[in-house]
Amino acid sequence: MDEAAPDRAWHEIVRDMLKLHNVSLVTYVPDNVLRPLIEVIEADPFFTCFVTTREEEALGIVAGAWMGGTHGIVLMQTSGFATLPNAIASLAVPFQIPVLLMVSERGTLGEFNIGQALVARTMRPVLDSLAMEHHTLTRLDEVEFIIDRSIRQAAATQAPVCFILSPLLTGGKVFQK
Amino acid sequence: MALTANQPLHREQAKIMNRFDITQRLVARLHRDEAVIGGIGYTNFDLWAAGRRPQNFYMLGSMGLAVPIALGAAIAQPQRQVIALEGDGSILMQLGSLTTVAHRAQKNLTIVILDNGTYQITGGQKAASEMGADIVAIARGAGIGQSAWAADESALEEMVDVALREDGPWLIGCRIDTGKPVDTTERDPARIRDQFMRGLGVKK
Repeated sequence: MDEAAPDRAWHEIVRDMLKLHNVSLVTYVPDNVLRPLIEVIEADPFFTCFVTTREEEALGIVAGAWMGGTHGIVLMQTSGFATLPNAIASLAVPFQIPVLLMVSERGTLGEFNIGQALVARTMRPVLDSLAMEHHTLTRLDEVEFIIDRSIRQAAATQAPVCFILSPLLTGGKVFQK
Repeated sequence: MALTANQPLHREQAKIMNRFDITQRLVARLHRDEAVIGGIGYTNFDLWAAGRRPQNFYMLGSMGLAVPIALGAAIAQPQRQVIALEGDGSILMQLGSLTTVAHRAQKNLTIVILDNGTYQITGGQKAASEMGADIVAIARGAGIGQSAWAADESALEEMVDVALREDGPWLIGCRIDTGKPVDTTERDPARIRDQFMRGLGVKK
């Protein structure tokens, strides 16, 4: 077999890429889709991982840590991203701090909550208007390449990057009676 | 804890001090390349005016994030003392961050709140801190047990010395006046960030 089936789940690949690039600080506001990623990270002593009360706060912590020599990533869901434009536009971008953002995408492909569906539509226009690099992860076989290259680029160009975890990759969150 | 027990518990009992004067006094206590994160507005204007240190980071936006930025720097550099210098209006925007500092129990972090009870830079509108909110009491409620108001200038100096010497996290409340800042921070974020990283030894 030339094309071996990936032997790791998406969240295990993400964890391994973070370790490869020494991204050891993880701050997050909880989310159900992110739960397996948070669990494998919290189980690994390589990481310093903890919950914050707001996504802005999580970004500020990762920005401060970068300036102190530690690379980090912020985990959140789509509605949490919607609270971030000011912090991205007035901290990460102008100060050239390569914070990594990972957003589990709600609001599409079977969303049941109209609030999530509406706020989700603001995400890519905001990222584009900030000229911020972003990638939507839809396929398991692309996760490693996209994250590996993007972390390298973020550090080399001193620019933040956002990874969007599509329901096509994660299964998303579906309505259950 | 003995120290905080000796400080006044209520905001009204603390002396109203001059922002630039106490900022100078604070900076004068720094002898070991401590990092200082200056929150936006007059807080960091006077930090800038008190003398350029490569270990100072001057925010230019992202109101409320001085404490999170300081927490991140403290996590990255556990051997260095880190101070968040923040205004009352700013910390009121990000009170949740006090709970994060508390559950992290970050030993090398001190938060200094400069409280004049107003949004001075926008025209002096009253803040909640002037209408009953006691930020030191809020910090204690958030879980930062070592939180106290500075009774006056000499008490502040003593508290800063203790905070830099003994395990934190600490929060020191300072009531300040509405004096004009002495200077204005140069708004060159890339340069500020680069100098700060060199000041912390991250870049050579």
